[in-house]
Amino acid sequence: MELKLGHHTQDGIEVVDVEGEIDVYTAPRLRELLIDLVNKNNYNLVVNMERVEFLDSTGLGVLVGGLKRVRAYDGSLDLVCTQERILKIFRITGLTKVFGIHDTVDEAIAARKAEK
Amino acid sequence: MATVEVTFTPLPAHVRTARLVATAVARRSGVAETLLDEVRLAVGEACSRAVEAHRRYCPAEPVRIELTDLGGRFEVVVTDAAPPEAGPDASGFAPAMDTAAVSATNGGPAPFHPVPAETRDGAFPAAFGLAVISGLADDVQVSSTESGLSVRMSWPASPTAG
Repeated sequence: MELKLGHHTQDGIEVVDVEGEIDVYTAPRLRELLIDLVNKNNYNLVVNMERVEFLDSTGLGVLVGGLKRVRAYDGSLDLVCTQERILKIFRITGLTKVFGIHDTVDEAIAARKAEK
Repeated sequence: MATVEVTFTPLPAHVRTARLVATAVARRSGVAETLLDEVRLAVGEACSRAVEAHRRYCPAEPVRIELTDLGGRFEVVVTDAAPPEAGPDASGFAPAMDTAAVSATNGGPAPFHPVPAETRDGAFPAAFGLAVISGLADDVQVSSTESGLSVRMSWPASPTAG
């Protein structure tokens, strides 16, 4: 499966739903979406990765790029992921310390609201 | 002789195909189901790095993958044709980072320090992919050859399987 992207607003936070494979071929589409959302003044993002089947270092780079952009506006980019095979690459690279990683979208939003 | 050899045009779209082939051959060679995700990711990282190098320096040359059932181990070799003088930005492999720096052993993943900052817009340097591989593959060797950079990875496999 390739990549399906969608997004919606929930409690004032933009939730990006990602489904499929994020790799060197598909990651540019996710990058474009994140840039577009930031350009439209969405600075608090939650990327729901529960339906992501594959993630490589290109995808990690896109997520870090998104984080960098929203932080420039004092924003946030949190992740929703419970899949061990996806979480493993975050652990290998140490990026679990960089992203807030949550079990559900509701939990991610609640955690973000609590920090505000 | 490799069990399966694949050459492909250096386009990002073909990296997925390479991953799928590698995973299928690994399964056929007796690699445990629990390791197949690691094979898939490591092969994808190696191919992505090679594609990037080819697209910058030799887009007409194919990327080569050799998948070999060694009877007890499953070995993957991804070889690019980027010129050695192209440097770390081309192949993603800094010459000063020797094989030992990206080698993992049976003792577990090689130590790796977090690289939280991107160096290009939305992308890590290709060497980051090699570092990820070192955390995934059971054994990794990176070497420069006359034809380009070679990434050799292997995982344990059941010799009776397949």
